[in-house]
Amino acid sequence: MPSTPAPESVSVSGWGRTAPSTARLVRPRTHAEAAAALDACAERGGIARGLGRAYGDAAQNAGGAVLDMTGLDRVHTIDADAGTVVCDAGVSLHRLMEVLLPLGLFVPVTPGTRYVTVGGAIAADIHGKNHHVSGSFARHVLALDLLTADGTVRTVEPGTPLFDATAGGMGLTGVILSATLRLHPVETSLMAVDTERAADLDDLMARLTATDHRYRYSVAWIDLLARGAATGRAVLTRGDHAPLAALPARARTAPLAFRPRQLPPAPRFVPEGLLGRRSVGLFNELWYRTAPRSRTGELQKLSAFFHPLDGVPHWNRVYGRGGFVQYQFVVGYGQEEALRRIVRRISAQRCPSFLAVLKRFGEAGAGWLSFPVPGWTLALDIPANLPGLGPFLDELDEEVTAAGGRVYLAKDSRLRPGTLTAMYPRLPDFRALRQELDPNALFRSDLSRRLNL
Amino acid sequence: MKDAFGTPQSLLILGGTSEIALATARRLVARRTRKVWLAGRPSPALEQAADHLRDMGADARTVPFDALDAESHTDTLGALFADNDIDMVLLAFGILGDQARDEDDPLAAVRVAQTNYTGAVSAGLICARALQAQGHGSLVVLSSVAGERARRSNFIYGSSKAGLDAFAQGLGDALHGTGVHVMVVRPGFVRSKMTAGLDEAPMATTPEAVAEAIETGLRRRSETVWVPGALRVVMSALRHVPRPVFRRLPV
Repeated sequence: MPSTPAPESVSVSGWGRTAPSTARLVRPRTHAEAAAALDACAERGGIARGLGRAYGDAAQNAGGAVLDMTGLDRVHTIDADAGTVVCDAGVSLHRLMEVLLPLGLFVPVTPGTRYVTVGGAIAADIHGKNHHVSGSFARHVLALDLLTADGTVRTVEPGTPLFDATAGGMGLTGVILSATLRLHPVETSLMAVDTERAADLDDLMARLTATDHRYRYSVAWIDLLARGAATGRAVLTRGDHAPLAALPARARTAPLAFRPRQLPPAPRFVPEGLLGRRSVGLFNELWYRTAPRSRTGELQKLSAFFHPLDGVPHWNRVYGRGGFVQYQFVVGYGQEEALRRIVRRISAQRCPSFLAVLKRFGEAGAGWLSFPVPGWTLALDIPANLPGLGPFLDELDEEVTAAGGRVYLAKDSRLRPGTLTAMYPRLPDFRALRQELDPNALFRSDLSRRLNL
Repeated sequence: MKDAFGTPQSLLILGGTSEIALATARRLVARRTRKVWLAGRPSPALEQAADHLRDMGADARTVPFDALDAESHTDTLGALFADNDIDMVLLAFGILGDQARDEDDPLAAVRVAQTNYTGAVSAGLICARALQAQGHGSLVVLSSVAGERARRSNFIYGSSKAGLDAFAQGLGDALHGTGVHVMVVRPGFVRSKMTAGLDEAPMATTPEAVAEAIETGLRRRSETVWVPGALRVVMSALRHVPRPVFRRLPV
């Protein structure tokens, strides 16, 4: 076995750049090296990390080891007829798109960024704009190889308790080494998009409820700084992969081209408070006013439709040194009043939050700590140094819990351990399975310490 | 673990009867803190403080700790860190002494220096090492504006705080990049039992205001916090006042 260099101590934080902690970084390049890396976890545990897009402390482990999985980056086999791929956990969705699109295949679920790994996508059981149709990521996983605390590699299939604990399990059941995914066939790499505006929250919810089923992908960008009658005004963008016939003749020569454009990265140092109420309010106002009142069938690039922020590398720096918090919750159908109340409160609080996202979830997955349940989900970014933000979000937690809803762990950086139990009823099962599978808590993260997972 | 706003879940207070420390503990317990260790010389006041925090819902315990007994620090503090992750250590012990009397009683003056400075050096180094091993945490050191420039009226206390302040700044630089955050807090005149009976200095503040500033400093990961904040400007001006003038200032 090749000798691995001594692990390096580095400061690690999530995408929100709050609460950094120091860990030894180990970068395995093979499954054997990953197994050997478990030794580094002996003292204060270890946790797998992908591309670090979890907003909070899910992929950091103070004083212990962090396994940088991006070295495991091989796409093993693609079965174009069956529409499946077998790949390592460290492969990014960006890489998968590069490889799969020329074959007329697309990832089953993509979040708002392509720069997440397959392992991370399973561990957080991520969702995308197609959740109401396709469910979350783990629904499309046919099998995965999991390195568990005893050093063995188990092939885990859906329908087993270990699979359900691992899907959304935040990497705490073991290290996902590789996975088999079911893909979605596409004819082109373009999206046919319908855009419309909703004047307020009720209008928005009515439009989403009435016509969401017609679209594979659906999302609403909501302006949480708008007040009064305009509270909850939004722009809906919904669509599907464009069929070949929808393309103009010129574009049909290379219908599956995938060349996302990138702007220069955000500067390393950004003054605090650049994103204040005034600047964000202005941005939201312009963005709402310039959106078409109603437009159908517009052809957009994949990257423009799914991943607009990926165009600016390191966009998280725009929040400055203090970083930011993302708050994402879901409340079930029938709890619309709770959603209205929360939106009104956020609006009244004047959180400088641009581009909050409202979406309807479909059926829940099997993952015990998987986030999506049928209902309304709202996600918003807020600068972390906004005074009074902590207590305000605690109050929102109470609203969400009272409505039977929950907060997304992959985005969390501030939840209380007690609140979590109410939000995730399968948490005792998860703890019991971990206790049995990993009695010495070899797999640990700052998130698991903070929330006592 | 600390949350996104730097609020700790576990807190160790060295100098568990300090009013500033207890005001900070109350504030943090109301937010996130669940476990509190109050380290200090065993006394009814220490137990009472722990009782009060327990009433607020915290899991508060007392730990026998004497700043002057530096040899015991390794064992006492080491045992705490061996069993627990401690998200924040608040180094709050200190005595004011009595300047007029201490000038005639060198041993009493030495006790001020030993408590405020050498005791803090020993405890600070031990905590810093332990925090570094756990890869996260904040060490908050209660300094004082008195350490910023020696004054005729309290230079024994002031010099001990000057030493502590310099030590904490250096420690903060040494720990930069290790995941451990060191924050030096420089309050002005704080109305508390320690200063009871003294003439109030201008810009006097309260333990609650210091606690609030500490919470904000944790959120911003500040390295230096002045309470009130305007003291930063006032003191940077006072620092440059020539000695003959400074001597005559009524401060």
